[in-house]
Amino acid sequence: MRHDLLVLAPWIKDGSRVLDLGCGDGELLQHLIDTRNVRGLGVEIDEANITTCIGKGLSVIEQDMDKGLTNFADNSFDTVLLTQTLQAVHRPDYVLQEMLRVGKECIISFPNFGHWQARWHLMLRGKMPVSKFMPYEWYDTPNIHFCTVKDFETLCEKQNIKVLNRTVQTAFASGGASPMWAVRQWPNFFGAHAIYHVTR
Amino acid sequence: MQIEPGSAGIVEPVTVHFDQPFHVSSGRVLPALDIVYETYGQLNANKSNAVLICHALSGDHHAAGFHDQADKKPGWWDNYIGPDKAIDTNEFFVVSLNNIGGCSGSTGPASINPATGEPWGPDFPTLRVRDWVESQRMLSDHLGIGQWAAVIGGSLGGMQAMRWALEYPDRLRHCVVIASALKLTAQNIAFNKTSRTAITSDPDFHGGHYYQHNTVPRHGLAIARMIGHITYLSDNVMGEKFGRELRSGTFDRGVESELEFQVESYLRHQGDVFSQSFDANTYILMTKALDFFDLAREYDNDPVKAFAVAQCKFLVMSFTSDWRFSPERSREIVNALIGAEKSVSYAEIDAPQGHDAFLLPVDRYNDIFSAYMRHVAQENNATSTLDGVLTEGGGQFDAT
Repeated sequence: MRHDLLVLAPWIKDGSRVLDLGCGDGELLQHLIDTRNVRGLGVEIDEANITTCIGKGLSVIEQDMDKGLTNFADNSFDTVLLTQTLQAVHRPDYVLQEMLRVGKECIISFPNFGHWQARWHLMLRGKMPVSKFMPYEWYDTPNIHFCTVKDFETLCEKQNIKVLNRTVQTAFASGGASPMWAVRQWPNFFGAHAIYHVTR
Repeated sequence: MQIEPGSAGIVEPVTVHFDQPFHVSSGRVLPALDIVYETYGQLNANKSNAVLICHALSGDHHAAGFHDQADKKPGWWDNYIGPDKAIDTNEFFVVSLNNIGGCSGSTGPASINPATGEPWGPDFPTLRVRDWVESQRMLSDHLGIGQWAAVIGGSLGGMQAMRWALEYPDRLRHCVVIASALKLTAQNIAFNKTSRTAITSDPDFHGGHYYQHNTVPRHGLAIARMIGHITYLSDNVMGEKFGRELRSGTFDRGVESELEFQVESYLRHQGDVFSQSFDANTYILMTKALDFFDLAREYDNDPVKAFAVAQCKFLVMSFTSDWRFSPERSREIVNALIGAEKSVSYAEIDAPQGHDAFLLPVDRYNDIFSAYMRHVAQENNATSTLDGVLTEGGGQFDAT
């Protein structure tokens, strides 16, 4: 089970309508259906993931969200999710705006590029960080828009986005985990992964 | 012919006679109906594993397997119906019929009109997609199938499947709509009109009464088929298949010869085969039903409002190179279903074969179709087991 799923599940109301952008193999949707009884719809472009979702009986639409969400009506979902995908879209600002138009609330999770390990990597080695969680080289990575916790909050401010909840997590993998008090105190330095619950 | 393990095997068509007036939605009445159908697989004890196949323009009841050992070709959707295929006959009881108005055994223009003792011909009532759904419903009742596990169709068949979801929402659990549309575009109607004109302007057509003249408007029907065929394929696939290859003649200087390109020969062959096996009046009737169809017409032209009635889950698929029923048309279906808050999955399959792709073996199409149907089967088996437990335990649940 992905760590972020456990954090964000309580933010979702029972029986609500959920749109999961970049739903992957449907793990999160399935979890929310099982635990929150949501009516869930996924959006995905990866062919194998779409087949996997369909095999699980999940609703999934093949669609490139970089081309917009114009086919979704205003406020047509209770919650729109974008987990671990923000850094992979062409225009995160546009996608965020669209999410807030379609959903009453949104949940966004992303890896924090301000994490000390990333800074350390860049500072000492002078190379783009490659880790277990971000295993790609700079030239083949699908993650084209990395940001830090601070960057994200600046964008929220600019777009008048209200933050309802924020959880910054320590590193996923064993090793490199920072103590929780440090993460709470300096999330942009010790947090490996950020999860935001926002609304307009 | 070699019947392979993945085949539905030797199958036999059955004809059921409904000796009661059938009220056609145009207001006319057919005094009785014959419907010819085939089935593949076994109906389970609680009759919950039945799947209905709705055919497209030129299809018929023979969707899978072979009629006899001498058969050269299997049914038209044999790629997807059979043991361990997408529509797995180990799991499902598959019903495939020839729609009324057809020319493969069900009541149609070539049938005798009891009032005149002559073939109906052009006087056969105009049919709408809902009339097919209604006659399919009669067949369901006849077979004792209260609720289909799935109603499945491509192209015109997809229109029937969608109409099922609106007309009898509690009688299907899944609706699979492949390369279809909420309604035809003007361009699409134009192609159909051109095809019909080719038929009606054939001197052998005799205003549709060609049966009495012992003629068949072969040329017109062949041209109609050629037009259809061009639009069912993509430019790319035609280029790949035929290119500019010559079948006869030469480009050499100093030689005057009649040229025939491979594509010409192919189209001629397709036209010839079709015109010998298909009824011209049926072709006209079917294309008119296609043109007429508009799923949302009676719902204030609002497809969201139309789909609000549906209770089943949907799978919609389209093919990137299909320009007759383009992915855009399928996305309209999907968006309306999303708007109506229905459960829907959609895949846009990258395939070069054009509209014909829905009949052909395409890996990703097969994967998705199989994955979806496997889940339908799992759902079905889970419910059946539950029913069994409840019944055995003295519960009051009815196995319906």
